[in-house]
Order: sequence, then C-alpha cells, then structure tokens
Amino acid sequence: MDALLSGLSLLMSFDVLVALMIGSIGGVVIGAIPGVGPAVAIAILLPATFALPPLVGLVMLLGIYGSSMFGGSLPAVLINTPGTAVNALTTYDGYPMTQRGEATKALGLAYGASFFSGILSILALILLSPLLAKIAPMFGAREIFLAALLGIVLVIVAHRGQIAAAGMMAGLGILLQSVGMEPVKYTMRFTFGQDWLTSGLDLIVVVLGLFAISQAFSLLVDPESAPDAAPVKGGMGKEMLGVLKYKRVAATGSFFGVVMGMIPGVGEFTAQFMSYTLARKRSKTPEKFGKGSEEGLVASESANNAVPAAAMIPLLALGIPGEALTAMMLSVFYVHNVVPGPALFRDHIDFIYALYIALLALNVIVILFMLVSSNWLIRLIRIPTRFLGMMILMLSFVGVYSLRNSAVDCAIAAAFGVLGLILKRLHLPVVPIILGMVLGNIMEVKLRAAMARVTSPLDFVDRPIAAFLAIVIVVIIASSIRAAIQNHRLKIAH
Amino acid sequence: MERLKSFVELFQRQRRPGDFVFATAFMVFALVSLMLLPQETRWVEKTPLFAQPAFWPAVGVFMMVGFGAIHLIGSIASERSPGRGKEVLYWARSLEFVAWFLAYVLAVPVIGYLPASILFSVLLVWRLGYRSAQSFALAAVFGFAVVAVFKAGLNVKVPSGALYAYLPDSIRTFMMVNF
Repeated sequence: MDALLSGLSLLMSFDVLVALMIGSIGGVVIGAIPGVGPAVAIAILLPATFALPPLVGLVMLLGIYGSSMFGGSLPAVLINTPGTAVNALTTYDGYPMTQRGEATKALGLAYGASFFSGILSILALILLSPLLAKIAPMFGAREIFLAALLGIVLVIVAHRGQIAAAGMMAGLGILLQSVGMEPVKYTMRFTFGQDWLTSGLDLIVVVLGLFAISQAFSLLVDPESAPDAAPVKGGMGKEMLGVLKYKRVAATGSFFGVVMGMIPGVGEFTAQFMSYTLARKRSKTPEKFGKGSEEGLVASESANNAVPAAAMIPLLALGIPGEALTAMMLSVFYVHNVVPGPALFRDHIDFIYALYIALLALNVIVILFMLVSSNWLIRLIRIPTRFLGMMILMLSFVGVYSLRNSAVDCAIAAAFGVLGLILKRLHLPVVPIILGMVLGNIMEVKLRAAMARVTSPLDFVDRPIAAFLAIVIVVIIASSIRAAIQNHRLKIAH
Repeated sequence: MERLKSFVELFQRQRRPGDFVFATAFMVFALVSLMLLPQETRWVEKTPLFAQPAFWPAVGVFMMVGFGAIHLIGSIASERSPGRGKEVLYWARSLEFVAWFLAYVLAVPVIGYLPASILFSVLLVWRLGYRSAQSFALAAVFGFAVVAVFKAGLNVKVPSGALYAYLPDSIRTFMMVNF
C-alpha cells in the first residue's frame, strides 16, 4: 500500500500530469488519423523525450501507446479503415453497423469495450505486481537470455504463413545490432573500414526509417485520397454503457489481452483473434459475426486495449520488450540510466506503480475526451493522404537528426524507409527486425555473462525457471514444425 | 520426383507482385554477408565460441541464409501474381522522396531549420500537386509549428543555420536559439 501511495505521489507533479494529458489526447488524435499510428508517433517523439525526466517521457509515450487504439476505432467504424493496424478486426463488425445507421452505437460499444478492458487489465497487473516482484529476482543472466530467445522464437512462429520471412528479418535484426565495434574484445564487425559505422546502427534510426519514413514514402507515392465520414449523431455516453450487456465477452477479451500481451512477440493480433473466435463460438448468434455483431465488436476492442499494460510486464520485469513499441520505450529507460529488470521491481516498485496509475488515469482522460470529441476527430480523418505524408516526413527529420546531428543517420533512416516500404507492399513483417536488434543485443550480453559459470551444457538449465523456459522453447519449435507438416498433409489430402 | 514436388509444395504461400525480386535480392545480400563474415569479423584466440566477436553476426547471417532460402523456395513454388515490373517501379518512385528528404537534411545546417522547413513543406506540397493558396499557407504554418514546438519548445538538438551568422545582431541570437 505504501508503494502504491508513493507511486501516486510520483505522478502528482505538474510536468507528469501535463505529459499524461498530451500523451493521452495526442494518442487518440494520432490513432484517429489512418496512416500514422502509435509506432510512427512514438518513433518521432522518442528523441524529444530524452531531454525530459524519465517518468515524464515514459508517461507521454505510454499515453500515446495506450490511447491510440481508442482513436483507431473511429475510422475503423466510420470509414472501414483502421486507424491503427490492431483496429483491423473492428472494421468487420463496426463498419456494417455504421452502414445500418448505428454508427453512434458502434463507436459507443468500441469505446466502452476499450475502457472496460483497459481498466480491468491495469487492475489485474497492479494485483500481479507483488507476485512479479517476487519472481523477477529469480531471473539471472541465463534466464533472461532464454526469455529473450523465447521472444525471438515466438515472434517468428507467431507470423503464421510467414515464418520464413519473420525468421530472415529477425536474423537481419541480429546482424544489424552487431554492426560496429563490439565492447568486449574491441574488434570491428561489418564496418567495411568506414568510421561512421564504428558506433553501430542506432535502434532509433532504424525504427524511424522502418515505421515513420516508410509510412511517409507510402503516402507520398500512393495516389491522393481524402476519405470522408458523416458526423456522429446522438449521445455517446449511453451507448458506452451498452458494453455491460456483454460483460463476459469483454472480460474474456481482456483476459486474452493480458495473457498475450505479457508473452513477448505475440501481442494484440493473437489476443484479438482468440477473443473473437471464442466469442463467436459461444455466441447465440454466431452468423452475425462479420456482419455487424455487437459481441464481435466488443470481443475485438476489449482484447486489443488490454495489451499495452500487459506488454509493459516483460519490459519492466525482465528488460525484454515484446514488440516494437515497448522496444522503443526501452531506449528511454536506457537514456536515463534506468535499467528495467528484476532490480527495478525490487528497488523501485513505486516507479512501476506510478506507471500503472498513469495508465489507469489515461483511460479515464481518454474516455472523457472521446465523449465530447468524436465529431471533431472526424475532421482529422479528412486530411489528404499526400499532405499527411509530407507532415510525417518532416517530423521524421526531427526524430533522426536531433539524435546526433548526423546527415549519415538521416541517409540510413531513408534507406530503411525504402526497405520498410517494400516490406509493407509485400505484406512482409517489419517487427522481427526491431525485436532481432533489441533481443539480439540482450542475448549477446546475457549469454556471455551466463556462460562464465557454466561448465557443461546441462548447467545452463539446472535452475527451475531456466529449465522451464528451455522446455517451452523446445515445445514451441517442435509443435510449430509438427503443425506445418500436418497442414501440408491436409493440403495434399484435399 | 514426386517427393521433390511434394517437398517444394510445403513452402507454397500467397505471393504478391515483386515477391520474387525481393526474395532473390535478400538471398544475394545474405550470401554476400556470409562470404564477408570471415573478413568483417575477428576470431580471437583462447576465447570460447559464444564469446567470439563473430558469434552473433554469424547467428544473424545464418538465420538470414537459412530462412531466406526457404522464403525464396516459397516464392518460386507459389503461384505468380502479375505486375512485377509495375511493383518494382513503385518502389523506385520512393527514391524521389529520399532525394527530397536528403535535400532537406543538407539544407538545415546551411540555411537554418526554420527557413529549410518552410521551404521544404511548401515546395513538397507544390510537387505533390496542391496548387491552392490555402495548401501553401497550411504547409508553411505546419513547417513553422514543427520548428516552434521541437526547437523552441522542446529544445531538441538541431544546429542553427550558417546563414544566421549574417543576421542583424538584434535577432541573431534569438534565431540561433529558437529557430
């Protein structure tokens, strides 16, 4: 209780509250503009937050992360275009409801479900924190190495139908993180004798290129479009309460969101898919799913909004990001010499609680904002796409150039922008590159530390958590190979 | 032969135009990286394998080669969608905006962040086909707002332009600090 109050007092400063407001409302605005999304916004704002105190910077980025999905449901419901990628499933039932003249009801349910799951997931995590504080110190170098390896394995196998592409992108990420002078033997790796490569490739430069600049290029090259949406009529508050009719669906979605969010490399898409599938299976009217089902809408929105809070768990407890957005936030920690991991839970649990309370508060701020601002936000949907591309490109410059005033960094970011554009066009995954870079670095450091005390291979897994993680990795790899073979046999049989 | 066909079918997937070009280019990149591995990394004597400087680059490169080969086989084995040339042309069209971006990057330290931003936004908006005065005004306002928020507001590190040195004494420092 003392830690909780201490966390609350950390938040009670003018700077933090302003950052929370900017992050929450900014996240909704960014989420509502199709083609921007939280990854682009966080990538651009990241260097700007380095000058801020850690809690202020993190709260602002967390605000964008946690609230963008609220905003993303607006274009998903009104114009059949998800504001953020994770709102894609929302279009299945949200847009048909709009076509039936039930836009206000669909938006109310989407906001209500997001709020419900947001609050539920944070409460679950606050209750889980003491347990995590006990478990986290059991993670030594070898456990963290295995958890990072598990993250890599999961991010590859989670890309069903694209496992080879995800694997090669993760490999590229691991190679990219190793470029430059390595810090133990001081030898050069893949620098080709070029001085500008000695310090390696900055994660933020790669992130900005792959997410922000690629998006700008895509908008600039594509033909112009300026989608239009009719204004929303009627009271939103009453419609939001409609989610209480589907408490069970929302609670199940939140559960999947929390569990999947905590597992590195899995995230919103799997949570949504599982929540949606189960809701359809249990529904009395499964035939309505995909045609404007209220249950389907609640299942999708509740699952995706439970993830941000849960995704902070592996990041805070082990220092292992589960996806691109938390990987970016890891940079903020490192810049401020706040090392996420077991020691953070042991020594600064108040800091952790402050982040959770900030997440709780942002849900309240966002829902109040959404009650009054939906019609204003519709105007943002109408920003012409090529103009938006110019805006993102200009903002990307600040993100890259302000890191170390290097034109070379900008050129590298532009090159990754082209790569990101190609990957996007081919529907190939980008996130494994980022996770390969972040987790590759963690694996390199932790394996070296862990092996210093290991004499035989079995020593590596002689502790319960290490043994458990090793078994999980083997089981996941074996089961995904088995699933691929079974799929193939089924295909042949048909 | 039947078994080989069945094996190749294992890798079939949905293939978009340009997939084969990218898969081949990636494979070439992976193989070149593999060939350069001994030259671009060092093997240190009396150091265990996992602590070798070459170990993690090798892990990355072997993953790229292994998974890249599967991806390429998948591309060859899958049904081709027409439009490869058009797609590659689409990728190439993005290079024009790379040039715009780099021109902006190079202009900032010379003419200054504020003038470069306003010039970049207005010219790019013109290039994109907007011709109304309102579009140009909005672009200029956006350029100004970005500089005001990031440089004057958040104090991000962007150097002042060399041309600012020729400004009158009364506004030179103000411009250097804020814009």
